[in-house]
Amino acid sequence: MAFARSRQALAIAGVLGLALGAAACGTGNDKKSSNAGSAECAAYEKYGDHDGKKVTAYSSIRDIEADRLAQSWKQFEDCTGIEIDHEGSGEFEAQLPVRVQGGNAPDLAFIPQPGLIKRFVDGNNLKPVAAATKTEAEANYSPDWLKYTTINGQFYGAPLGSNVKSFVWYSPKTFKEKGWAPPTTWDELIKLSDTIAASGTKPWCAGIESGDATGWPATDWIEDVLLRTAGPEAYDKWTTHGIPFNDPQVVDALNRAGTILKNEKYVNGGFGGVKSIATTSFQEAGVPITTGKCALHRQASFYANQWPEGTKVAEDGDVFAFYFPSIDPAKGKPVLGGGEFVAAFTDRPEVQAVQTYLASGEYANSRAKIGDWVSANKKLDLANVPNPVDKLSVGILLDPKTVFRFDGSDLMPAAVGNGTFWKGMVQWINGKDTASVLNGIESTWK
Amino acid sequence: MTTATPTVGAGAQAAGKPTTTAGRVRNRLNSRTATLVSLVIALLWTIPTFGLFVSSFRPEADIKSTGWWTFFTDPQFTLENYQDVLFGSSSSSGQLASYFINSLAITIPSVLFPLAFASLAAYALAWINFRGRDWLYIAIFAMQIVPLQMALVPLLKFFSTGVTVAGVQVMPAWDLVDEQKFAQVWFAHTCFALPFAVFLLHNFVSQLPRDLMEAARVDGATHPKIFRTIVLPLITPALAAFAIFQFLWVWNDLLVALIFAGGGNETAPLTVRLAEMAGTRGNEWQRLTAGAFVSIVVPLVVFLSLQRFFVRGLLAGSVKG
Repeated sequence: MAFARSRQALAIAGVLGLALGAAACGTGNDKKSSNAGSAECAAYEKYGDHDGKKVTAYSSIRDIEADRLAQSWKQFEDCTGIEIDHEGSGEFEAQLPVRVQGGNAPDLAFIPQPGLIKRFVDGNNLKPVAAATKTEAEANYSPDWLKYTTINGQFYGAPLGSNVKSFVWYSPKTFKEKGWAPPTTWDELIKLSDTIAASGTKPWCAGIESGDATGWPATDWIEDVLLRTAGPEAYDKWTTHGIPFNDPQVVDALNRAGTILKNEKYVNGGFGGVKSIATTSFQEAGVPITTGKCALHRQASFYANQWPEGTKVAEDGDVFAFYFPSIDPAKGKPVLGGGEFVAAFTDRPEVQAVQTYLASGEYANSRAKIGDWVSANKKLDLANVPNPVDKLSVGILLDPKTVFRFDGSDLMPAAVGNGTFWKGMVQWINGKDTASVLNGIESTWK
Repeated sequence: MTTATPTVGAGAQAAGKPTTTAGRVRNRLNSRTATLVSLVIALLWTIPTFGLFVSSFRPEADIKSTGWWTFFTDPQFTLENYQDVLFGSSSSSGQLASYFINSLAITIPSVLFPLAFASLAAYALAWINFRGRDWLYIAIFAMQIVPLQMALVPLLKFFSTGVTVAGVQVMPAWDLVDEQKFAQVWFAHTCFALPFAVFLLHNFVSQLPRDLMEAARVDGATHPKIFRTIVLPLITPALAAFAIFQFLWVWNDLLVALIFAGGGNETAPLTVRLAEMAGTRGNEWQRLTAGAFVSIVVPLVVFLSLQRFFVRGLLAGSVKG
């Protein structure tokens, strides 16, 4: 028994050793001194000196994109002395409410759903931004963007990154070989689809499988079409339940989307029939374009990261995107998109300084230079955006003719927007008729 | 167990037909066909894991375009996935190795604490007479039905704001930062494990022969002495069985770690890193194949090395009953 006991003691000693070792590894580099006063830091003087202060940020941005984020505010950290401790998690949307309720909220959260922001405002958790942040945001963003975080007359956070969802991906190479041209009107788009279908290839590929979030790519489709057929005002009413979810205009939009998505002649290039859309993962859905098994794929600007390694994403490359054409020119140039907003749960001066900085033009340019990023910040210089698709997206977002609208499923209450709407789309793809799908979703919106 | 008590003629039946139903079932289960069937089932169950294993050695483009079985017709071998996972370039999240240490630092105390508390509690509940003992045992037993998800928010509040009763601060907030958050995770895992641990160990401890305890007491042994020299050695199989359960559960846990340890690289375990490794939009999911294999190495070693205790622990419960 003495033997067993000494082994026990060994295990305990081992555990303690490990724990202490881990603790020892962590400390040491926490000390950070600000070098305010040097030449590069002149631009950061207005944020004040907050030496040794720490701000925690929480978001769904992770891995390599989180590295780029950390890199983008490095100089700000060095000059102001604020340490931004960013944490990214795939369970962000579920974890944030838990942490907030548990009294463990982060200082800042980059929230991609205005619906969630509203929920926190209603729960009295979020702090309105400081006057300086508000001025900065109003100078740099169009009112289209700011209205999503203006709740009960208070402003709760400026946008950070954005993405453009109204894109159709295609292969410039294949298009050139076959003599096709990117369409600029809806009729041209349909004509092109018919031409491609006649040549023996299914023109469209799509996929809406995305784990727990299966269905969301289809909701983007519907929103994009609705924005074009019914116009932005009707769209706003729809997302706020001013008109019922199953309004005749929505029925029309869904049916119109169905002329592509549920057309056996058009889909699903490289995967099979219409029903294969529901089982194809959104990450893989556009890949057949690179092998010529499909020609068109409607997906957001961030799809640029999904192409297989070695694919050149450029206007003269293997793949590129064109603007999803408008249907009624009288309704302007509607753009559907998304983005995250910098909301604060605390109002310490250093937290507000970070918030102001993230809304500024300097930040937008600093982050854009690192690559793979889109923003609607008016001070963003197109020359600082290295990647062609991002350039195209920024160009569209900054175009004064653009009518921007936020992704509707993120504006609706989560139970609908991230629940029954997604599930309804899966049923719709699987053959359920438009009217009963929409009636079903409407009945869940209380 | 069942009522398969062998009758007097049991020996003779080996060659002939068994008379009881249970005997017939046993005979059939011992036949060659049954063995073959169980082998086939075992094989079928292993195929997905095997496929994942093969996939982890395939190049990214292959993983994303074809199934793992094409490996046999068109073998393409690479260690790039393991390279990515173990020594990945993501600077803010660090390399998998440091998360390995975090996982161990979370798991080992989270196994030892409940083990220590539960064995003491089990002994007290079984062999020390005090008032309300049975009610206390029933209360602990009943606590098993509380799903841990229900306790997450209150427990987090307990850590971050302390306990206030009628305006009086009974317990201050813990206010832990960085590595200190390990304590929260240990606390949480210990809480969640105790009801089951006490229940399991109590069943073993209470089955120990009464004579043994009485003899020890006659010889002048105190409760601590009896616990250390008699009870602990005798319930080792049960301790090992529970240790394996708890180790696998804690090692694979994502939820508790996410909430109480946070996702920072100071405290986050392997599972948290694995969950974010695929990138913001899941475009690097080929890494998950290799990541999964790296993360199951430790549980495999633990399970294989403690397996004999595990089987013995389970048997001890059934035979003595």
